[in-house]
Amino acid sequence: MVSTETEIAYNSKIEGEVVVSRADAVINWIRTNSIWPMPMGLACCAIELMAVGNGRFDISRFGAEVMRFSPRQADCMIVSGTVTYKMASQLRRIYDQMMSPKWVIAMGACASSGGMYRSYATLQGVDRIVPVDVYISGCPPRPEAILDALIKLQAKIKTERSASNLFKEA
Amino acid sequence: MTAPVAAKTALKEKFAQATDRPSADHDAVNVPVGEVVAALKYLRDEFAFDLLMDLTAVDWAEGASPRFTVVYHLFSSVNLGYIRVATDCTSNVEPTAPSVVDLWPAANWHERECYDLLGVKFTAHPDLRRILMWDGYPYHPLRKEFPLAGIEVPLPDSEVGVETGAAVIAAPMAGGPFVASPGEINLTEAEPRAKDESWSDRRPRPDQTGLKQFKG
Repeated sequence: MVSTETEIAYNSKIEGEVVVSRADAVINWIRTNSIWPMPMGLACCAIELMAVGNGRFDISRFGAEVMRFSPRQADCMIVSGTVTYKMASQLRRIYDQMMSPKWVIAMGACASSGGMYRSYATLQGVDRIVPVDVYISGCPPRPEAILDALIKLQAKIKTERSASNLFKEA
Repeated sequence: MTAPVAAKTALKEKFAQATDRPSADHDAVNVPVGEVVAALKYLRDEFAFDLLMDLTAVDWAEGASPRFTVVYHLFSSVNLGYIRVATDCTSNVEPTAPSVVDLWPAANWHERECYDLLGVKFTAHPDLRRILMWDGYPYHPLRKEFPLAGIEVPLPDSEVGVETGAAVIAAPMAGGPFVASPGEINLTEAEPRAKDESWSDRRPRPDQTGLKQFKG
């Protein structure tokens, strides 16, 4: 016997409230709005990074206020400051300790390119040792620029194929 | 401020080989390297130069002899005066100077820095390790023959170096050194710029290979 039910859509009265979506969208939505940054504060940029956590700029509006000083509890390293060659190895090791998925923001001129330190002691851009997702210009950048970078990172996370990445061969 | 003058005169009387050193500000003396600890101890104990303000060295460039001069800046918190003591290192290749950590503990890190950047070895220093560059770095960067951009060597951590393929490189000068034009009213124009902007990190000079970037 053919059912007389003509309603094709999901009937919430029978099965409860459910939203149908793609796994990518759900996973990315969660990741986007709870980034836990790891403040890799190495120089004066770290001061601006502190400012962005305060009430005037309030990074918590974007769900990224939970600054974790342990790399194991963070998923977004914000490299804020001059990276010397002496520090570069430690930075890479800290990055390696972060759990996937993880992102890197190179904050300011020094982290992005070595900045004004064209010298024997300074790593010429943190992208030589870790993959960088967002670069912020400025010396140091305004807190608004950090928020802008965070929004750009969120936009990038939204485009990731997170569900299929779960099963990707390492 | 009379105390330093008296100190200098007395020092020259006590140490016959001490000579006047040209100075634009404070009194300064040259002392032979063999007598420098005794001279500094004399200044500290007799003239209350209780603060070692600075300890550094001068590299007079390759070919000069003496090539290295160690300089001590002393301050007396009792007489409120400065004096500068300089001593020429004997060797131009492996310069050495006696450590003054026993006189002023503050000399410890100053001497480590001086050793790190200029390669002056301080004999009898309790812990003469590099302080700014990493252990095992093969050069002394403030020597005159060392280029500002640096010399290519492996990263301090070889594991990280292998994993990332990164190394300590000679920093790209990108047409630099960068110069600002003072007196420029337009601040954008007054930004420090390379003299030759026809090439940069992104657009390498034809005679130089491009810079390697790590792709994660």
